[in-house]
Amino acid sequence: MSKVKMHRSVPSIDMTPMVDLAFLLVTFFMLTATARPDEPVEVSTPTSVSEIPIPERDIITITISKDNRVFFNVDGQFTRERLLSEMGNIYGISFSKEEMDVFKVLTTFGMPIQSLKEFLDLDREDRKQVQEPGIPVDSLNNQLKDWVLQARMANPRVRIAIKGDADSGYPVLKKVINTLLDRKVNRFNLITGDEQVPADMKAAATKKPA
Amino acid sequence: MAEMQGGGGEGGKKGGKIRSKKSSTRIDMTPMVDLAFLLLTFFVLTSTLSKPQTMEITMPEKPKENDKPPEVNEKKVLTLVLGANDKVYWYVGITEPQAKAANFSKDGIRKVLLEKKSEIRDMIVLIKAMDEAKYKNMVDILDEMTISNIQRYAIVDITPDDKKIVKEAQQQL
Repeated sequence: MSKVKMHRSVPSIDMTPMVDLAFLLVTFFMLTATARPDEPVEVSTPTSVSEIPIPERDIITITISKDNRVFFNVDGQFTRERLLSEMGNIYGISFSKEEMDVFKVLTTFGMPIQSLKEFLDLDREDRKQVQEPGIPVDSLNNQLKDWVLQARMANPRVRIAIKGDADSGYPVLKKVINTLLDRKVNRFNLITGDEQVPADMKAAATKKPA
Repeated sequence: MAEMQGGGGEGGKKGGKIRSKKSSTRIDMTPMVDLAFLLLTFFVLTSTLSKPQTMEITMPEKPKENDKPPEVNEKKVLTLVLGANDKVYWYVGITEPQAKAANFSKDGIRKVLLEKKSEIRDMIVLIKAMDEAKYKNMVDILDEMTISNIQRYAIVDITPDDKKIVKEAQQQL
């Protein structure tokens, strides 16, 4: 009798389904991922129990950084183009076609309009190095007011969200809110992070107002 | 590793007919799988999972010049003053009130709010923030309003009287 031969199979498996699955997932994540735009400041938002998701389009974001600088952002290239040309008209600054194109794809910025032109002329990399002073919101020189007004003129559907750093001071928030109230914007959003309602309070918090 | 010889390889040693060598149609997929999972990991990690939430606030319109502020019963008014160092001072009414300090923890202001809410019918909460207050405090206190289901509240500017009351409270501590 000869030895019982073990049937040796090659230790390999058919990987095709796995590859299919992997690429399916890759495609899914690629299409759903929105590239995180580079922001001039890092903002850590406070948390809240609110569960209203932020609208994806037609939104003005007013960012308040930790050191109380104010930044402005509005989405939509068309809106931004009209916004900048209107702002240029108001402040008597003419922006070239190139500067317009740069501004269209820019995200959050915090430059006074007077130095915005030079800022747009910079290289992309150089622009990141600039310490942006923030948009003036003082009562004497309130440029945020004009940015908000013109952005709303350029896109009437736009809504306003304030994204404040948890450690930013209240006075600057008050200035921003007063600016908005002056412009008859009474309804706006505060961007916050996620937080759970404490379990014992859940019933009260979710009760519908009578 | 993934080299798999199909059944076609056996006949290769037979003499006679010259067969064109049939190579296996299978390819080694390991590098492709590696790449696919690498990309997968990258996209999973970079995609922002939690979308930020928002909190909607509606502010009252700015009063016009000849508008009279609405009159309310002072006994129904609970005033919260947001101070420095994450402290909140609270008092009821406006005639010689005694301010007390609380913090933002579970046993702090939330307890006060719930207590007062059951004590006072149709309670109105006025939220005033001192200049030292942080943005976080404002969000937290608005949150507490949601949590304790208080519907009537307003964000109001602070008055010198409020500052005096808070100062007295601070000295007592």
